[in-house]
Amino acid sequence: MNIHEFQAKEILKRFGVAVPQGIIATTAEEAKAAAQQLGGGVVVVKAQIHAGGRGKGGGVKVVKSPEEAADKARQMRGRNLVTRQTGPEGRQVRRVLVEQGLEIQRELYLAMVMDRAQSRVTVICSSEGGVEIEEVAAKAPEKILKETVDPVIGLAAFQCRRLAFALNIPSELTGKAVAVMQGLYRAFVETDASLAEINPLIITKDGQIMALDAKMNFDSNAFFRQKEIVALRDLDEEDPREVEASKYDLSYISLDGNIACMVNGAGLAMATMDIIKHHGGEPANFLDVGGGADKEKVAHAFRILLADSRVRGVLINIFGGIMRCDVLAQGVVDAARELKITVPLVVRMQGTNVEQGRQILAASGLTIISADTMAEAAEKIVTAVKQF
Amino acid sequence: MSILVNKNTRVLTQGITGATGQFHTRACKEYGTQMVAGVTPGKGGTSFEGIPIFDTVARAVKETGANASVIYVPPPFAADAILEAADADIPLAICITEGIPVRDMVKVKRYLEGRKSRLLGPNCPGTITPGECKIGIMPGHIHKAGSIGVVSRSGTLTYEAVDQLTRLGMGQSTCVGIGGDPVHGLEFVDVLEMFNNDAQTTGVVMIGEIGGSAEEEAAGWIKAHMKKPVAGFIAGQTAPPGKRMGHAGAIISGGKGTAREKIAAMTAAGIRMASSPATIGRTMQEAMSGK
Repeated sequence: MNIHEFQAKEILKRFGVAVPQGIIATTAEEAKAAAQQLGGGVVVVKAQIHAGGRGKGGGVKVVKSPEEAADKARQMRGRNLVTRQTGPEGRQVRRVLVEQGLEIQRELYLAMVMDRAQSRVTVICSSEGGVEIEEVAAKAPEKILKETVDPVIGLAAFQCRRLAFALNIPSELTGKAVAVMQGLYRAFVETDASLAEINPLIITKDGQIMALDAKMNFDSNAFFRQKEIVALRDLDEEDPREVEASKYDLSYISLDGNIACMVNGAGLAMATMDIIKHHGGEPANFLDVGGGADKEKVAHAFRILLADSRVRGVLINIFGGIMRCDVLAQGVVDAARELKITVPLVVRMQGTNVEQGRQILAASGLTIISADTMAEAAEKIVTAVKQF
Repeated sequence: MSILVNKNTRVLTQGITGATGQFHTRACKEYGTQMVAGVTPGKGGTSFEGIPIFDTVARAVKETGANASVIYVPPPFAADAILEAADADIPLAICITEGIPVRDMVKVKRYLEGRKSRLLGPNCPGTITPGECKIGIMPGHIHKAGSIGVVSRSGTLTYEAVDQLTRLGMGQSTCVGIGGDPVHGLEFVDVLEMFNNDAQTTGVVMIGEIGGSAEEEAAGWIKAHMKKPVAGFIAGQTAPPGKRMGHAGAIISGGKGTAREKIAAMTAAGIRMASSPATIGRTMQEAMSGK
């Protein structure tokens, strides 16, 4: 789960990481008032959406007066912001963050990630802040510094100092740098984050070290113990079908194609998307109904798939291990009747009670195209969609 | 021979009184696995279908000689269950539970360093040596004893591959699901090394998916050490970046972990890659015949 910049900064502040003074505004008037409250001088107006590349997309503006802040806020609020991460349709800007302007001396990069190869948290930093870290990694990999954290010890002060010296942070600021790094580490661990990125981390002319931008990402497996983080979820930033699916504990991702698929198991669901493509079709979604899906879950899944107006056909691919094929078949038949499905439907089942399942489908009187193998299922749905 | 488990494996179930634990303990017992003990704190002294239940893993091991543990404990308590198994020096702990916070697994991995226990999973289907021992949630009947080793990050996609192998007459030595979480126990490389050293195994199917770099590391190891033919498949060739595809570990982030990179690395290592998930079995057959 992602959160907004202003929310990430509030979290960082709680853990002792300095951030610029800022006020969130949802209207031009609020933006003007915020700029006045911040002293009436130079402020930065920043569009709050869950996507990077906002600066280049026109979503970050430095202004000199509260009036100008109001103007920029009005412009941003009125349109969709398009960045390299939003896709061509962009994202609607619902609020802006108005922040004090600062005199920047240096821009650095600081991030913490869950490092899979190490099975530990790794700190990544670079003297090249304000640009994308992937770009730095490609052009000047020697400028990327790393420290891996022992979970028993936490991020040790010596590791932070080693990074600070390597970054050429002035020695009188080493203490502040250590505090920022350790604060970020504690924020990362205590909120069950999977990514925390400060880009840029700035050194101001008056010797402050601050997070000028902040991005955090969280491990949804830990939501049972992170109620405060869950409360920061912004449903406006998510695909409505994905939100709907998450209510029923279905793992659904919207894609661009027109063949909907319903599969049990994440690996098989990805493989099903792949085989649709392999046979010349385009998958409309990823959907994993899970290992032990029941009739109701199948029905909910069906409803979500068919609510997508682009869908021209449905492929169901189930390898019943725990899930019984007869239960699945009954769920499909009931849902297809109730929803009066008009697009072609191909069902491929294997595993436990597959014969009973096939009999239920055959006896239903519904036009269900049955397939024996994954390849046959993919061919049949691609052909059916072309003819539909 | 086989790897990890065989007819002599004595299995205890952690979380035996929960619905999932009961269902699969019964299914594994019916398959022929020696299910010797169960653990549920507070239920010690009772039993489940003739299987004695203990309060602690240490006690269960002492009383029954269990040498493998399977964990169905719910996510908030699963990491602790793994720690308890490791503390009791169980040679093999298999964690089926899906949804354990990564932070918990980081601690677990640290705790396992230098200990005798090996961990399989979490968020995995388990492991099976057909005809001898099934530990986990896979459907037993699709398997057939034989000489192909299977190692995979997936559950149902592994069943799909096994089903194809069995239909083509290729039985399996052992099938191992290493799980779909970003931080987990045994890696591809660990399992591949075991298959390489196992006399019964003559070829290996390796099924990966997007996210991380475990497949690339495995490809490097295979190129340097593997003496047996390997067939492979990577799921998620059509997955968009930045989206978690069901498994916590299946995500392309920062342009890394794409199927394209993995397929290239595996092909370069001499692995015969199936272009479609429907041809995994056939690809293994081709690799075995050296065509």
